[in-house]
Amino acid sequence: MTNEKVRARGWKRFYIALIFIFMYAPIFLLIIQSFNKSKSRGHWGGFTLGWYVSLFHDADVMKAFGNTILLAVISSLVAVVIGTMAVIAMSRMKMKSRQLWLAVTNVPMLNADIVTGVSLMLLFITLRIELGFGTVLLAHITFNIPYVILNILPRYRELNPHIYEAALDLGATPAQAFFKTVLPEIAPGITSGGLMAFTMSLDDFIITHFTTGAGMATLPTKIYAEVKLGIKPEMYALSAIIFVTVLFLLMMVNRVQEGSENKRKAGEEA
Amino acid sequence: MNKELIRLEHISKSFGTKTVLDDLSLTIHENEFMTLLGPSGCGKTTLLRIIGGFEMPDTGRVLFAGQDITNLPPNRRQLNTVFQNYALFTHMDVAQNIAFGLSIKKKSKSYIDDKVNYALKLVGLEGFEHRQVTRLSGGQQQRVAIARAIVNEPKVLLLDEPLAALDLKLRQDMQYELIQLKNELGITFLYVTHDQQEALTMSDTIVVMNQGYIQQMGSPEAIYNEPENAFVADFIGDSNLFPAKFIRDELISIDGAQFKCVDRGFGENAPVDIVIRPEDVEIVEAGHGTVDGNVTDLIFKGVHYEMCIDVAGREWVCHSTRPHIVGEHVGIEVDPFNIQVMKKPESEDEEAITANE
Repeated sequence: MTNEKVRARGWKRFYIALIFIFMYAPIFLLIIQSFNKSKSRGHWGGFTLGWYVSLFHDADVMKAFGNTILLAVISSLVAVVIGTMAVIAMSRMKMKSRQLWLAVTNVPMLNADIVTGVSLMLLFITLRIELGFGTVLLAHITFNIPYVILNILPRYRELNPHIYEAALDLGATPAQAFFKTVLPEIAPGITSGGLMAFTMSLDDFIITHFTTGAGMATLPTKIYAEVKLGIKPEMYALSAIIFVTVLFLLMMVNRVQEGSENKRKAGEEA
Repeated sequence: MNKELIRLEHISKSFGTKTVLDDLSLTIHENEFMTLLGPSGCGKTTLLRIIGGFEMPDTGRVLFAGQDITNLPPNRRQLNTVFQNYALFTHMDVAQNIAFGLSIKKKSKSYIDDKVNYALKLVGLEGFEHRQVTRLSGGQQQRVAIARAIVNEPKVLLLDEPLAALDLKLRQDMQYELIQLKNELGITFLYVTHDQQEALTMSDTIVVMNQGYIQQMGSPEAIYNEPENAFVADFIGDSNLFPAKFIRDELISIDGAQFKCVDRGFGENAPVDIVIRPEDVEIVEAGHGTVDGNVTDLIFKGVHYEMCIDVAGREWVCHSTRPHIVGEHVGIEVDPFNIQVMKKPESEDEEAITANE
């Protein structure tokens, strides 16, 4: 290898390292601070898990944690059902109306969160729906649907259109044909879409902030409220937990997608 | 002839403004290997899908063993389909794919196991039970698709261009296997293809279709040797397809040269089309044949040589095991029996496809 090539590769690596440092240094710092015994953030007072322990003894935090998980589970499940139905409906449409509908369903994802949040809040107030768990849930379902659709659609397009007919041909009723053949065939897309929706719901702050009412907090809104009052080290611990959870979930999404991709490629080579 | 099994009565089908099938009637008998043959867009696949129950005809009826099944959904028809791209369930292994129909019908586990083993044996895939279908080759996937259909003991197996995706050698092997399979099972095969060689090799009956009409129906020999119109003659195999004049019974003239034939009843001095298969053109010494010409092209084809012979400006294609070099002056002779006279097409639908090729 020539010197120039080595040097070019060195620069590339340096550049990537720089990007990672800018992206992850703050989070890295946050995670380290969550183990810092000293209440003053300025110096290292020794390693402790104390902040994590007191976090789990904080009733408000645990309630927000419960809300967050419940929201994420219900909203991603509902979004998966609606999104799957939408994909099937859209794939039977003609080209033009399909593109139109896809664009429409993508709006909540592309739109600035703050606009989505404010407009949902206005809608709920106009309809005189009391802000609380229900409204936050509706909001989360709304912004989760496009993630589900975008994960399932490519999978569904690759599906052999005759799979459903083959099942009918072999004696299955339309319902059996769907649940026994079509659904398992697109399952990887549904799983990754659902996981992504779960993640989105888990770490959403802005939309939740605008659509929630008194007494209803999720972990992100709880952190925001606490930080406004003054920094409590427990919040570092909480943020660290959320970050690790989201990171883990996104890695799972990738694995599901890669797994189905590899399987498909193996099929094509054969 | 065996008992009638499927009867199509006056089937028409349009998609939007395009008419795909136009008042088509057809009878399929028990234990028959029938092939629907035609260029793409001729309506053959639509016809198969109507029989399978995946499309509804706009008009007409489908009768199965005397019963009207026109409105019966596919899952309640006693027939199974082998789809063009196999349509295997990729989330199941080979055995689960084959067992699908039987487990839907809630058969006992031991019955299913027996049938799956029998089907695997029949298509030569013993020991493949637990392979992933995505890991199989095209030919193996094809066999799974066939096994998956036949375990349900259908009265009729519908096959939609099942060999189209396979390479030539494998395709030829599978043709023989399909014939054997049909004989073993003793059921009716309805086969769709655009490959005339495939149709000639396997079928008991060939139905040549074009533009939603049946152009001709008959045994492979009849279709090949006695095409009823220029479309059929041109679509089935290589042919010399010439305009000619029917002078009187048993005598025609091609570009002024008179040939004896065996056909009668086309009138007197009437314009007709004639077809002569390349292997039926006999090359003799110049002056000893009916007409003379010059060899303009010589190609070695393996089994035979293909020669083009220029006769008074018209090109004759000729197959022979003995080559004649380019430029040689030769005579041409045709056995009267090998000249097939056809009436001129009366409508566009009957016209040869050469025009748009």
